[in-house]
Amino acid sequence: MIRLNEDKDMISFKSISLAVAISAAAFSYAQSSAFAQEEGHGATPHMEKWSFSGMLGTYDRAQLQRGFRVYREVCSACHSLSRLRFGNLADEGGPGFSEGQVKALAAEYQIKDFNDKGEAIERPGFPSDNFPKIFANDDAAAAVHGKAPPDLSLIAKARSYSRGFPFFLLDMLPGFAYQEHGPDYIHALLNGYTKPDDPKWNLYFPGNQIAMPKPLSDDQVEYTDGSPKTVEQYSRDVAAFLMWAAEPKLEERKRTGLNALIFLFIFAGLLYFTKKKIWADAH
Amino acid sequence: MSGPSTFVPKSALGRWFESRLPIMGLIHGSFVAYPTPRNLNYWWAFGAILSFMLVAQIITGIVLTMHYTPQVDLAFSSVETIMRDVNWGWFLRYAHSNGASMFFVAVYVHMFRGLYYGSYKAPREVLWILGVIIYLLMMATGFLGYTLPWGQMSFWGATVITNFFSAIPLVGEAVTTWLWGGYSVGNPTLNRFFALHYLLPFMIAGVVVLHVWALHVVGQNNPAGVEVKNVDRDTVPFTPYATIKDSFAVVCFLILYAWFVFYVPNYLGHADNYIEANPLSTPAHIVPEWYYLPFYAILRAIPSKLGGVTAMFGSIAILAFLPWLDTSRVRSAAFRPMYRVFFWAFVLCCLGLGYLGAQPAEGGYIIAARLLTTFYFGFFIIILPLLGIFETPKPVPATIADAVLAKNGGVAAQPAE
Repeated sequence: MIRLNEDKDMISFKSISLAVAISAAAFSYAQSSAFAQEEGHGATPHMEKWSFSGMLGTYDRAQLQRGFRVYREVCSACHSLSRLRFGNLADEGGPGFSEGQVKALAAEYQIKDFNDKGEAIERPGFPSDNFPKIFANDDAAAAVHGKAPPDLSLIAKARSYSRGFPFFLLDMLPGFAYQEHGPDYIHALLNGYTKPDDPKWNLYFPGNQIAMPKPLSDDQVEYTDGSPKTVEQYSRDVAAFLMWAAEPKLEERKRTGLNALIFLFIFAGLLYFTKKKIWADAH
Repeated sequence: MSGPSTFVPKSALGRWFESRLPIMGLIHGSFVAYPTPRNLNYWWAFGAILSFMLVAQIITGIVLTMHYTPQVDLAFSSVETIMRDVNWGWFLRYAHSNGASMFFVAVYVHMFRGLYYGSYKAPREVLWILGVIIYLLMMATGFLGYTLPWGQMSFWGATVITNFFSAIPLVGEAVTTWLWGGYSVGNPTLNRFFALHYLLPFMIAGVVVLHVWALHVVGQNNPAGVEVKNVDRDTVPFTPYATIKDSFAVVCFLILYAWFVFYVPNYLGHADNYIEANPLSTPAHIVPEWYYLPFYAILRAIPSKLGGVTAMFGSIAILAFLPWLDTSRVRSAAFRPMYRVFFWAFVLCCLGLGYLGAQPAEGGYIIAARLLTTFYFGFFIIILPLLGIFETPKPVPATIADAVLAKNGGVAAQPAE
């Protein structure tokens, strides 16, 4: 690092502390006035534990399967998932459905297509088909729902919240790394309908007035693996599923990253000692 | 410093070729025999790191181009296809988007190093100004590239930035319409931004050649800030000394880069850019990429649009005048006790402006941004010219060899600080 040890002049220390004091004052003033205006924002979501966080994180297959079930039985009434194909559900690093299950699932959907004569038809889906859109376009969706329900393919990466200074700086550091703002927000939002008399009031939604009325209630979706049939569990599972939908290559990425880092550390070590040897006679 | 090459190829074919096109001699003179000051610390490795990043960006970028579609209805989906269906597509895209950030991390370190050690002072003014031009081209390239995924921040960022030009008196509106190729950011804008995003990196590469050429004429500055007086005592040959040291530094930097690509790839991005561009819905806060935030804060600190845009461009342009604004005869901050304090205050000021650039332009944030903007310009226009007059520098070592000896006490040690 750049040397500061020769720095014994009082004037330097005074100036540094003055500069720091001025900046600190400016920041605290800025922050305090910002908090005063914070009311329009939603509450800060709680940081949940996710199997896919951390350097060795992987998706919990059973959780993704449960989450898909919640999506299919509840969310899919209004929200499309159109960037995914049915076949993705059997991809490596995903929910781990079998090819047969995916084929059967795809066949339950009716897909718009053209036959050999060029006539518009509907046919049963194949694994290579994308999840169909629910509405022709956003206007058609808005006409039914008041506001077009967003497609959920990327929602877990398209939603976030601010952790504020200085915590947002910690989020990038090894050991503290935090990338799960999206799933935490989704989980919080689905549990944020805290005013029973107002189904559109949400604690975590910016402005607290959300177009989507409370979508989940206890015992709504049947689980076969004994997991609790609660809103808390449903929301957790569907948030994990949506994270996978948004980032299907997460496991491959983290695995590759570990190999890359191990290689780079060894390579750097070898270069360091080579460098030391070469420079040994240069002083 | 680098005279005519004395390089003689070993093979007869090599000698035949060399007498017709002395390219091997040029490479040998530039990257093997080139004398580098022996007291360089690791802050000098960022030139090599930046060269690596430029090449990495061009390679990942060209491959991404093979899968990307610059059309408003397809661009966002084509990027998602890269992420989901292209083999290693997720890696290419994350490497490219984080690579841009790493490129800026490295360039900021490189610039602050130049600022700390007075690398812009005579005879290196042209070298420095070429660097400022590279930085400007990088800013343009980064901005154009951020538009291409056609997410909400891409679209609205492009709208805000191109609107700067409407601040030009009289012809502003016409210029902006001309830039857009229409009456708002749309398909023609995306098309030309794509073309320019592909072009500018090669312009950067061209100016980098000039930058390196200028460097090899005047020689590298060094932590002591004294010129090379005796090539044998003060310097070591580029290869193997600088080559191995720079390689080590590049690999260490790659560790940082890999961390971002593989473990926090979206940290430096914005969630809204995973929402497809929608001209009818404006995001609550339009925030540029982090590397523009200090300038964005300066822009918004000034109450008038034209004034803000002028201040913003001025804050970059002023860097080109640095060689003449700094009146001190001593280069290195190691021997400038007062400058050193103001230097670190300036670093804090830039970080503070960066933080404020990401906050809403209201209340206390605006006041803080105005204070820091004043300091930013004050540093260049008032502090630097006056320091040369009022500051008493410490004694400067006579030669680089003396500086190395004084530091090591005659004992061999790491050249890194």
